[in-house]
Amino acid sequence: MKNLSLEEKEREFQAKIDADQKIEPNDWMPDEYRKTLIRQISQHAHSEIVGMLPEGNWITRAPNLRRKAVLLAKVQDEAGHGLYLYSAAETLGSDREKTIDDLNAGIAKYSSIFNYPTVTWADMGTIGWLVDGAAIMNQVPLCRCSYGPYARAMVRVCKEESFHQRQGFEIVMKLAQGTPEQKALAQESLNRWWWPALMMFGPNDANSKHTAQSMKWKIKRETNDELRQKFVDITVPQAEMIGLTIPDADLKWNEERQSYDFGAINWDEFMNVVQGNGPCNKERIAARREAKENGLWVREAANAFAEKRKARQAS
Amino acid sequence: MSNKEWPLWEVFIRSKQGLSHKHVGSLRAADAEMAIDNARDVYTRRSEGISIWVVESKLVTASDPREADALFDPADSKVYRHPTFYDVPDGISHM
Ligand SMILES: [Fe+2]
Ligand SMILES: [Fe+2]
Repeated sequence: MKNLSLEEKEREFQAKIDADQKIEPNDWMPDEYRKTLIRQISQHAHSEIVGMLPEGNWITRAPNLRRKAVLLAKVQDEAGHGLYLYSAAETLGSDREKTIDDLNAGIAKYSSIFNYPTVTWADMGTIGWLVDGAAIMNQVPLCRCSYGPYARAMVRVCKEESFHQRQGFEIVMKLAQGTPEQKALAQESLNRWWWPALMMFGPNDANSKHTAQSMKWKIKRETNDELRQKFVDITVPQAEMIGLTIPDADLKWNEERQSYDFGAINWDEFMNVVQGNGPCNKERIAARREAKENGLWVREAANAFAEKRKARQAS
Repeated sequence: MSNKEWPLWEVFIRSKQGLSHKHVGSLRAADAEMAIDNARDVYTRRSEGISIWVVESKLVTASDPREADALFDPADSKVYRHPTFYDVPDGISHM
């Protein structure tokens, strides 16, 4: 076994990353790499779990059985995404229950988008189309992330996300092609979600403190602004195709850049929501806390049942 | 009654008859049967499997990545174990 100094270990580690080799759970890694990943993966996991709440809100009120079955399946997938990710975080030595308790105590962060309310059925469409669309944009590069378990979880997640986006787009499209009232519903929903969706990519690169190191470690493969631009370029024609208007007076095709220019994002709003003052932050955390407390007897009963089954099998 | 944490399980799935089980991830469950039920819901929602193995994570013994060189280097020098080591003259077929 080689006895290396910390600097030598760090150099070897970076060389592995530069050579596009994956890092696996038992491999040596710098403490900061581990910490950064635990923070990012657990925040990602929380986002999947909290993300079930705004959509769960409409399961009982879906307009028909098909929509209800689809929405249920979609929300169940998000639960699965949360589980893959909590497991990936555990491979780095993070304590799963403590991670969840941090969320429930309001200490941990999750995607700010889920702190907005879902007030109409059209929001189920807009979320699938824009929010899952933005999530895909973020998650596809993560399939090539340097940390093996995270990258593998992302491959599974991405396979499932395209169904999410399509089912959402279908809802929006149906409404946009429906009665004037239905079309208005779709437009009104787009008006509310467009800007928060753009905020999902995080602060501008100039203000994103973790970006440079994360890119070097290949935890992140594309910057916030690059991903946001891609999202805008892909989504604008989709809105046009179904006759909806993006709520941005400054949105304009830039022939030279072959890309859309778009208006300034309200970062004060973003920071305010991140800091816990969005329309639904308190409600979301309260719902998660209740879920843990009210589920306690189920977890205890499962333990008791496991004991009993073990005793029965032993005799 | 204790509210002890459910143990961690490693999940292996056989995707179809004729293929071996492959590690897909892990999950928490109170016991093995529950781990299989949970694995069904977490890892096979789209018919990804026809058979599931679960193993409690703490029972897995893994080789130490720091010992990887000592463990695997000996095979590197034995190139004669590969068919490409040998020259087969032109005209010889089925070999
Ligand atoms: Fe998801
Ligand atoms: Fe999704």
